[in-house]
Amino acid sequence: MIRFENVTKVYARGARPALDAIDLEVERGEFVFLVGASGSGKSTFLRLVLREERPTAGRVFVAGRDLSTLSTWKVPHLRRQIGAVFQDFRLLPNKTVFENVAFALQVIGKPKHHIMTTVPDTLELVGLGGKERRRPHELSGGEQQRVAIARAFVNRPSILLADEPTGNLDPTTSVGIMRLLDRINRTGTTVVMATHDDEIVDQMRKRVVELDHGQMVRDQSRGVYGSTR
Amino acid sequence: MRLQFILSEIGLGLRRNLSMTVSVILVTFVSLTFVGAAGLLQVQIGQMKDEWYDKVEVTIYLCPDGSEQPTCAGGLASDEQIETLRTELESDALEPYVEQVYFESQEQAFASFQERFADEAWAQGVTADQMQASFRIALDDPEQYQVVAEMFTGRQGVEMVRDPRAVVEPLILVMNRGSLVAAGLAAVMLLAAVLLITTTIRLSAMSRRRETGIMRLVGASNLFIQLPFMLEGAIAATIGAALSVAGLWFGVRYLVEDWLADSVSFIDYIGTEAVWTIAPVLLVIAIGLAAISSVVTLSRYTKV
Ligand SMILES: Nc1ncnc2c1ncn2[C@@H]1O[C@H](COP(=O)(O)OP(=O)(O)OP(=O)(O)O)[C@@H](O)[C@H]1O
Ligand SMILES: [Mg+2]
Repeated sequence: MIRFENVTKVYARGARPALDAIDLEVERGEFVFLVGASGSGKSTFLRLVLREERPTAGRVFVAGRDLSTLSTWKVPHLRRQIGAVFQDFRLLPNKTVFENVAFALQVIGKPKHHIMTTVPDTLELVGLGGKERRRPHELSGGEQQRVAIARAFVNRPSILLADEPTGNLDPTTSVGIMRLLDRINRTGTTVVMATHDDEIVDQMRKRVVELDHGQMVRDQSRGVYGSTR
Repeated sequence: MRLQFILSEIGLGLRRNLSMTVSVILVTFVSLTFVGAAGLLQVQIGQMKDEWYDKVEVTIYLCPDGSEQPTCAGGLASDEQIETLRTELESDALEPYVEQVYFESQEQAFASFQERFADEAWAQGVTADQMQASFRIALDDPEQYQVVAEMFTGRQGVEMVRDPRAVVEPLILVMNRGSLVAAGLAAVMLLAAVLLITTTIRLSAMSRRRETGIMRLVGASNLFIQLPFMLEGAIAATIGAALSVAGLWFGVRYLVEDWLADSVSFIDYIGTEAVWTIAPVLLVIAIGLAAISSVVTLSRYTKV
């Protein structure tokens, strides 16, 4: 589903690479944790998958497409197959829960009847049934992240990227979010999640990829957060 | 769905930056009014040239009896003088300029005078002797009248050379300068309009960065993201253009058709229909301005 071939990313000329010769393959339906110290290149990895950044060297394949040869006008179509959630939720404060999720479908031109059926289903799935008319500031952090996940998932993407989705949440709420991501993963969606949350990683026992200063230092199936060096 | 959504986004953007929207409307209004004024002046100049240059000929008036001009010291222009002038007018040197030469003798002048003023009491006492013989010269290129005028002014037997264009020419010159000034001001104002529209679109794009960021993230197409901003600029500019057309229309209607036409009546003035001819041009300029500004701004602020 995602394949990195010898990918290097250098932001500023002469700077230390944010990613350094990464080779990695993520299969369809896999759940992968991306761990590593701050600045190790986790977000950069995810941005390369979204083609928000382009690699300095090497090639990135997503859903069978070579992103280095993907023309700019086709990028939106790539992104329609990828959902993304972030630490800061990125909701629209003046729109309701329903409108926030519907927004993702409206802007890619989905018809109204499709939106009217899909959005409530998705809100039900993430456990927000009955809160459609609230605005983001009337929700807890965990609920806001559920809205963000609903928005990322409403178009049924084949890949879900999560950049520290539990970074702003307390442990119990985080567990709820993890359960939700796990459930989404079980529907066949490939999930890549960058995180600092060791408890969660240790609990889930999924594949763990560790980055250190842009280099991949560990790739362990059913791994734990702390490396056992 | 899409259309409705885009329209609501535009409405939102226009209202959110209301004061900027209003200033874009005003700046395009003022600048296009200058453009339009320059255009209308040119239309007027063209109309005057058509009217005066085509029907007007250079007239060489020959000396009548008792003229006080130094060139008429010899009294009534002699047949010999007239023949010399005629030969010169028909010479090869003037051939490129002169289309036709028509001689009007004193008798012919008298006849046409009588015809024209037959009903006037004061004209009854006039005799053929008081009339003036003249050469009427139709020119190949009316703009070249100076050549003929200079050649025959000050010649013995010629009282004066008259070209009615001499009256219109300074007027056209003034109008041409006026239209240049208007065009200059228009250029400055148009520049201001572009800068202002650019700033407005940029502010609008920045104030909606959250939205556009999410749009990009979920895979909205570039056009879909940029269209509301482009249309915002285009709508504001179009309103400005409409206002300037209205302003020009009222200007022509009340200043030119009502007031000028009454006070200086020897000119055939343009009417409000001229405003309608330049209105599409103004509209195209307005939309062009908005388009240029959009392209310049959006390629930088909302790129993938
Ligand atoms: N847009 C950018 N321009 C220049 N340098 C950048 C940019 N984004 C990231 N970097 C640099 O690239 C390196 C990796 O950054 P990245 O954001 O991928 O780390 P991260 O693992 O996500 O860190 P964190 O856990 O703090 O989110 C860092 O050294 C960072 O300073
Ligand atoms: Mg990061």
